[in-house]
Amino acid sequence: MIEAGPILRAMTRNKLGVILITLQIAFTMTVVINAIFIINERSSLMARPSGLDEANMFYISSVGFGDDYNGPVTVADDLAMLRQLPGVENATVTNAIPVSGSGSNSGVRLSDDESAAAAFAAYYRVDEQAIDTMDLDLIAGRNFNTGDIQWREPGQDLLRQELVISRALGERLFPDRPLNDVLGETIYIAGLQPQTVIGVVNQLQGPWPTNSMVELSMLQPMPSVGGRSTYLIRTEPGERDRLMAEVEEMLVSTNENRIVRGLMSLEQTREESYRIDSAMSTVLWVVISTLIFITCMGIVGLAVFGINRRRKQIGTRRALGATRSEILSYFMTENFLVTAIGVFLGAVLTIGFSIVLTSSFNMPTMAWYYTPIGMLALIVIGQIAVLGPSSGAARTEPAIATRSV
Amino acid sequence: MLFYYLRLSALSYRRNPILSTLMVLAVAIGIGAYMVIFTLNFVMGGNPIPHKGDQLFHVQMDIGNPNESFNPPDQLTYIDSMALMNDGRAFRQTVSSKFGGIIEPDNPELRPFAASGRGASADFFAMFDVPFLYGTAWDSSADEDLQQVVVLSRELNERLYGGTDSTGQTLRLEGNSFQIIGVIDNWNPVPKYYDVNNGPFDTGEEIYLPWNLIVSLELPRGGNTSCYKAVDGVGFQSFLNSECVWIQYWVELQDADQESDYLTFINNYAAEQKQLGRFEKPLNNNLLDVEEWLVEQEVLPDETRILSALATMLLAVCLLNTIGLLLSKFLSKSAEIGVRQALGAHKGSLFIQHVIEAGFIGLIGGLFGAVLASFGLEGIKILLGDDLMQTSWIQLDLNLVGITIVLAVACTILAGLYPIWRACHVNPAIHLKTQ
Repeated sequence: MIEAGPILRAMTRNKLGVILITLQIAFTMTVVINAIFIINERSSLMARPSGLDEANMFYISSVGFGDDYNGPVTVADDLAMLRQLPGVENATVTNAIPVSGSGSNSGVRLSDDESAAAAFAAYYRVDEQAIDTMDLDLIAGRNFNTGDIQWREPGQDLLRQELVISRALGERLFPDRPLNDVLGETIYIAGLQPQTVIGVVNQLQGPWPTNSMVELSMLQPMPSVGGRSTYLIRTEPGERDRLMAEVEEMLVSTNENRIVRGLMSLEQTREESYRIDSAMSTVLWVVISTLIFITCMGIVGLAVFGINRRRKQIGTRRALGATRSEILSYFMTENFLVTAIGVFLGAVLTIGFSIVLTSSFNMPTMAWYYTPIGMLALIVIGQIAVLGPSSGAARTEPAIATRSV
Repeated sequence: MLFYYLRLSALSYRRNPILSTLMVLAVAIGIGAYMVIFTLNFVMGGNPIPHKGDQLFHVQMDIGNPNESFNPPDQLTYIDSMALMNDGRAFRQTVSSKFGGIIEPDNPELRPFAASGRGASADFFAMFDVPFLYGTAWDSSADEDLQQVVVLSRELNERLYGGTDSTGQTLRLEGNSFQIIGVIDNWNPVPKYYDVNNGPFDTGEEIYLPWNLIVSLELPRGGNTSCYKAVDGVGFQSFLNSECVWIQYWVELQDADQESDYLTFINNYAAEQKQLGRFEKPLNNNLLDVEEWLVEQEVLPDETRILSALATMLLAVCLLNTIGLLLSKFLSKSAEIGVRQALGAHKGSLFIQHVIEAGFIGLIGGLFGAVLASFGLEGIKILLGDDLMQTSWIQLDLNLVGITIVLAVACTILAGLYPIWRACHVNPAIHLKTQ
């Protein structure tokens, strides 16, 4: 950091140039840092596991119609056929699919009083093969057995009282209690009999990935055999795509009184549910790279302009004995000072904008290290951008000072 | 004179091609990015039926758990919507909700398939200006007499009948026969303001039928259903009697008097219901017009709102850049300006010359910006895909291209004001000496 004094004094002769670069850097930093923060936020949301073995799973719905459709028989036949297909690990029937965006939830309470505050948990109404099919990790209690299952037709009352809950729901309802201790507890869901917790699974996300309560969920042993049944199927590794086609064909051909729809792998479902997030990330990357490009252009443009205007002074300094590296370091230092002012202003704007994002868009607070890392990164980018013009300036021949005076 | 200055601008561009191209690029990128986000915001946050902005109102009645401070629910219960419908005092009114059903086509080559549907009242079509390709909507007697009539979307008519006039034909839906009385033309308002609770950017339904049939035929209901109290009992009738909200209610009112009368009416109704032990929360009913309703429902996604702030900053950076580059460019021809001044050019004509030169850069930047914006919108369309939401509206129309170019020229001239001022105040003597 040599000769900062003369550089600063020279900068006051070109206030506009300094202001332009400073503002550009400040805005660029605000956009880039906040955009990177948003991208990181979204990708950490997208990276949360659902608890299921998503890579090997798919689902398909069967919708019966007409008077000849027999729900209970169809579902029983379908499940039996699915489970004995070579390559299928297991299959279950459910009312909703995790992460798919569509499902149902209920308010869950610890007392019978309907006006008490409730935790809203997604429910999956499934049979006893669900935990194995989804490949969930049962960390306490027991699985459902065949006797627990109530096959339910539309309009039929719900009788079963057993329930498997997700760990997050357990921790929410019974904070500070070991999960084994939760087994046998009674919980209340409006419209149902009091329910007994018989098991806890480590993780099972609800259907709505953007919901803050996505981890609260439960499995109820009362699959519906009404008009619409959704089968969730887990295959052996590598067999999924082949079986998807095969299962669809099989379901279509085995029953005239239904249509088959909504064949999708869980990976596709995840892609669809998070598509807005990944689109947002892509758009932000484009914004970031464009902005850095434009700002670099601005730095280069103004540096070239400033150097050309001072060509003769550079020549004079060289003639008076300044070395090339001194000229180089002059312009590098000049850029460093301007960029430094820019990043300090940028830090204020960045934090201000992130407060706006937090307060009006429900985003978490930005971690402290984003701002200093961003300041450092922009200083480095500024130095790289100005390296070319500065070394051009350093190559100025001393003889230029003697010409055309 | 204008053409002379334009020619000078072109000459000046060619004399300094790199600097000039950088400027054009900066303007094009800034304006292009801004226009992409502007278009998204403009359409997604817009009112698709502005000429009825003060006539269409969405009805909200505040039922709910008195111990929780939720906003009034988005939809109405069966009990309340039927009470309002039976009163029928609004100029026009409609209940509306979604259903799904299996269609069994007459054509044996087509397999049965699932279709999305909407139950509505006869007024629905007139209220929302639904265009008809063939036939007409049903009238209110069909609502009352439970006539099994349907109106099809253009796409469904295409699929089932190859686009021919299908009115008078019979449609098998959910095991029942319906007479087709109309086919609507392309109608996909964005946002789908008449039903923002079930995906504000979804495509419209394929079948429309008198809403009462959803109840009388117990068609499979679709769409958002929310109950603050458990349904008391089992079966469809218990559900109808419950405090579950699942029906949207819109009214068309002709003036402010009718509006305040209607609000008084629903408030009086709620007060009566309070006597019966319903409506346990303090009175808080809403009559919102389309624009207010779209804002209340936060239809404009957070993403586009965040992006519009970022795009504004991107545009600012690009314009700051342009200021710097214009300054370099104008000052680099100080000598030429000096000569012109020495030959008697006014400051005024120098000013106009440079405004035109800046505007020229802005014009080219704007043209490129429009191209970039349409590429950008195309990219966003690809990123969003066409399977989850309507995306056909994501494109620049002629108006937007016009706005882009005008904005680019205006911004560039604005950015150029200081450089132009500097150019007009060149001291000719200095520059004449060094010639």
